[in-house]
Amino acid sequence: MIITKSKDTSEIENLIDKKSVFIMGCSECATICKTGGEEEVNKLKKDLVLKGIKVTGSIVLDPACHKLNDIRILKKFKNELNKSEKILVLSCGNGLQTISEIIEDKDIICGTNTLFLGEIKRLNEFERMCNFCGNCIINDFQGFCPITRCPKNMLNGPCGGSVKGKCEINKDMKCVWQLIVNKFENKNKISELKKIVKPFDWSKSQNWRLKI
Amino acid sequence: MEYISNLEKNLLNSKFTITAEIGPPKGSDKNIIINKAKILENFADAFNITDNQTAVVRMSSIAASKILLDNNVEPIIQITCRDRNRIAIQSDILGASALGIKNVLCLTGDHQSFGNHPESKGVFDIDSIQLLQIVKNMCKKGVFQNGEIIRFGKPKFFIGAATNPFSDMINFSIDRLEKKIDAGVRFIQTQSVFNIDKFNEWFDIIKSRGIERRVHILVGITPLKSKKMAYRMKYHVPGVDFPDYLYNRIEKSDDDAKEGFNISLELIKKIKKISGIKGIHITALFWEKIIPDLIIKSNLTKNERKT
Repeated sequence: MIITKSKDTSEIENLIDKKSVFIMGCSECATICKTGGEEEVNKLKKDLVLKGIKVTGSIVLDPACHKLNDIRILKKFKNELNKSEKILVLSCGNGLQTISEIIEDKDIICGTNTLFLGEIKRLNEFERMCNFCGNCIINDFQGFCPITRCPKNMLNGPCGGSVKGKCEINKDMKCVWQLIVNKFENKNKISELKKIVKPFDWSKSQNWRLKI
Repeated sequence: MEYISNLEKNLLNSKFTITAEIGPPKGSDKNIIINKAKILENFADAFNITDNQTAVVRMSSIAASKILLDNNVEPIIQITCRDRNRIAIQSDILGASALGIKNVLCLTGDHQSFGNHPESKGVFDIDSIQLLQIVKNMCKKGVFQNGEIIRFGKPKFFIGAATNPFSDMINFSIDRLEKKIDAGVRFIQTQSVFNIDKFNEWFDIIKSRGIERRVHILVGITPLKSKKMAYRMKYHVPGVDFPDYLYNRIEKSDDDAKEGFNISLELIKKIKKISGIKGIHITALFWEKIIPDLIIKSNLTKNERKT
């Protein structure tokens, strides 16, 4: 899931700059992250109205990154959108840019920070799990990704700085190399990790556009 | 026999080799390097110049190494993978070789979040083992990482790396050391050693696998100048094992610098007795001027080390 965090309301208010605004949320990741679901859209709407900002309407897109679906849904809000000077989008950076391409004549405001593709550990706790490298090597590491989960992208073993299985960069994070080594040891396959892994091909993560 | 560098010659011929670290200045004053070199030149065989250590901006390792070279002191450049991708690193290898630098230490590098520009973007295009292999292939096979042939002069380097005897995953970290040897490393400088018992346990495994015969091992020594340094070393430097009994000695001492110095002397004395160890690597953080005393009191001056 794409993990997002809400920007401070004060930052959003500054960007709205007392203009009329239409709010868009997203039914998928931003709903689960509690940054752009029905609940958050309604709460922000209330808060902004209390501060004297004119909110022309709102919608939770299903999901914001689906361009054709957005166009279809937004047709129903033509009047509200015409009355709005700004559009506030509470989705990931992808959803927002889909809207930017549909609505060309309004200021589009981003109300979240998009962090990473991650796992929901528990309510409001997320961990990065994939870096979208386009060249998945998880099969070589018994189901763990050192490209994503090692802050130094180490492919040939741990840096040696982990303490009790926790990463030296963030003590809340498991050292992914500890997980990898444990699993290879348990499977009696540790000698497989002695092969030198060649420099990674990053070019696949730089595919700017993909048509399937 | 023709040697790549004096460091290589020393490791192959002397009883005991000494390398020491010189931290380049946080500024462009070359006299700081020259003055340190003048104090230290007779007390070590080669000097590591760090590459923005702990992710703090300092004078570049290659530039500071060239200053040493101009003053007839042998440098070891350090290259980390944090700030440069494979293009920049290979370009630096060519440049350093053109300047006459003969030794290189290949590291992954401390993460940028520990340094003085924590908002910077880390590169980590390759890791230390891939770096070692790239440098070896440039020198031995005369090829770049992409397989292209180096047509206008192969670089020539004596290649080193680091290892941590106190890693959490001790067995695999020794496998990893062997990977470094397979990748092309010729000398190893270890993480600073304080816990000598644990170091001996590690070295026993090394010897049982014959690793010390495949690579020259220099043991890291860090004299601690103050209680504050001891505290930092014990609690804030990743990968360091600093035992309580040593910490208490410095903590309770009226003269912490002297106690720190004595601890280093005792460690060196013990390390000298371990067969298979080729020497020491002194990292005297912010206390380089103590190195001559440490060498003299350890009976490790150049004359005493001659075979």
